[in-house]
Amino acid sequence: MAALRFVWRARVTAARAAPELGSRRVFTAERVVQVAAIVGLVVAPAFTSDFFVSFVLTQALLLGVVAASLIFLAAYGGMVSLAQTLMFGVTGFVIGNAVTTGGSKGLNLGLDPWIGVILGVGITTVLAFVLGAVASRSTGLYFLMITLTFGVIGFYFFGQVTTFSGFGGVNQVRSPPFIGTPGQFPERLYYVAAVISVVVYLVLRYITRTPFGLALQGIRDDHVRMSSLGYNLWIHRTLAFTLAGFVASIAGVLFIWWNRQIDPASIGIGAILGLLIIAVIGGINRLDGAWVGAIVFVVANNYVRDVPGLNQIGLGEARFNTIIGFIFLFIVLLSPDGLIGIGQRITRSLTPARMHTSRDPGYDSGSGSSEMM
Amino acid sequence: MKKSSQRSTVQWTALVAGWSVAASLAAWVLVFANGTPAEPLLSEPADFVVVVLNSLTIAGLYFIVASGFTLIFGLMRVVNLAHGSFFLLGGYLALEFQKTMVGKTRNILGSDVGVIDWVLPLLLAAMITGVLGLIMQQLFLRKFQGQDMRETLITIAISVILADLMVAWFGGIGVDIQWPGLIDNAVVVFGIRYSVTRLFMLGFAIVVGIALWGWLQKTRTGMIIRAGVDDTSMVQALGINVQWVFGLAFLVGSALAGMGGVMGGSFAGLAAGVDGQWLLNSIIVVIVGGLGSLTGALAGSLLLGTVTAFAPAYLPAGFTNYSIIFTFVLLGAVLAWRPYGLFGEPE
Repeated sequence: MAALRFVWRARVTAARAAPELGSRRVFTAERVVQVAAIVGLVVAPAFTSDFFVSFVLTQALLLGVVAASLIFLAAYGGMVSLAQTLMFGVTGFVIGNAVTTGGSKGLNLGLDPWIGVILGVGITTVLAFVLGAVASRSTGLYFLMITLTFGVIGFYFFGQVTTFSGFGGVNQVRSPPFIGTPGQFPERLYYVAAVISVVVYLVLRYITRTPFGLALQGIRDDHVRMSSLGYNLWIHRTLAFTLAGFVASIAGVLFIWWNRQIDPASIGIGAILGLLIIAVIGGINRLDGAWVGAIVFVVANNYVRDVPGLNQIGLGEARFNTIIGFIFLFIVLLSPDGLIGIGQRITRSLTPARMHTSRDPGYDSGSGSSEMM
Repeated sequence: MKKSSQRSTVQWTALVAGWSVAASLAAWVLVFANGTPAEPLLSEPADFVVVVLNSLTIAGLYFIVASGFTLIFGLMRVVNLAHGSFFLLGGYLALEFQKTMVGKTRNILGSDVGVIDWVLPLLLAAMITGVLGLIMQQLFLRKFQGQDMRETLITIAISVILADLMVAWFGGIGVDIQWPGLIDNAVVVFGIRYSVTRLFMLGFAIVVGIALWGWLQKTRTGMIIRAGVDDTSMVQALGINVQWVFGLAFLVGSALAGMGGVMGGSFAGLAAGVDGQWLLNSIIVVIVGGLGSLTGALAGSLLLGTVTAFAPAYLPAGFTNYSIIFTFVLLGAVLAWRPYGLFGEPE
């Protein structure tokens, strides 16, 4: 068995860690999109309503960060982890227990919000290391199922153990004063989330080009060879999982500041699959797919009621999950590299061939389906 | 030949070791149970017997559901994450059939339900879920055979759609399927009172298990399936239509999920979210037992049944809500020792 990989990743995207031969070119389509995205992020609040900034943009950014941790593991480590929602939630619950002062479920420790952040991120990262150590000896579908059980057990844990939460959740969680509540100052949390998103994207991209990141991709592609070369597969996978847990926990901090409340339903099986759907819709082979998927998901969630005709066929707002399920199904059936893949095929067909020949290594990562398992 | 007998020794050692760990844990709890809620149970060993019976009966239900899951994976390397949805759908369909047969839409009592009013809905629901599983496989999965992650994602999409549609069709409120009045009571043996329906569940699971075993071991179809598990391309080269066998596996596997749903719906009720819960149970059983192995599913069911029955009953007062931790401990302990489950093999 080769390391897990997506056979259906027919074309290797330029975002892979292989040295980018054509990166000297200044005006590539990708760079134009990146600059446009940054400019868009900065000016967006000036042109949109507070509701849109808080409920759509901020939520999409923070979901994008969690999805990026999933995509990092899937695309570069070959590990599709469904435990990222748990990491995100544990941070939320730890912060909730640490900073509330009473009137809520949980421990109500009443600590400073920043100490809550340190505790939340610290505990989550340690937990990610432990869970990663257990799960990382398995690969492929086994890994997916084990991490799914981690996530669902976490849901039941916080539901049943009323010391920490109970099904009602932890309410009225304070955020640091300079951020305030999203109701008062929607732009403040938005800009924090925007900066964190950009930093997470750049750092994860950088890590994929470090020796550690390259080794991780080697393990993904051929773990037997990497093992023979003396690499410790388990350590690499576990550390990658820990790093992804750390990234997800940062999103957990943003979530608890944004939502001011967390309950087990936020990390239940619906949320777990929702995150996977975000990653797949955006494109599970590329980090930027995380935010593309998140914005599509959040916009669909908020505006599906406005689409004419859907209510008439019984698919109104209440059936959001059916609609998103069908979108997910079509993406998986038609474009396994998600919306990013669709976009790339369109740009490729529009630009002259020489524009991208140097950037595309041109090999087929999944030529043999026998390598899948 | 020698290799396989060695492996089976390893497997038996694993099974025995697993059980002795469970038994010694139970013994440990028993010895140190003074001052805990387990103390009154100790003074009455009858209650211990009841917990053991509970663990066996719930293990029976776990086995019915998980055997379908493991059958599909063993043959086709498809992790069918819509398995829980077929479970719930089977339960809801059987309830609708039962309502029609009894002629009442609510407050169905045990005295209203004859044996046939339970068995016929069970068979119909199992048939329908089986056919739906077959349709899903033929329509969506067949084209992507061998791309196992993609197939898994497709089953996830279907589970999301089905879960939402079931909320729309059957409502979000929990409902029960009524057991036949004949068995919906309790027996008293040696002063121990025990529910007949639970014993019936155990008996039913044993019958299903033996039927599956006989089918896989003694019939020509079963031999083809086992050969397909070992080496699909060789079976194909021998001129056997493997596609037909794959379809059959999906039919039977999904029918088992639906059948489990009728049992589970009669035993514990149906509601939105139950699909995820039973998917989790099946996954834990097969991760512990080893994917694709029927013996593994049996061992995993027994271990999970032991944990879920003993943990809440014997934890000290005030800590019973931590019982879910022990499911995780079981999973972690098995994976640390055998990453591919007790009876599984590295891929």
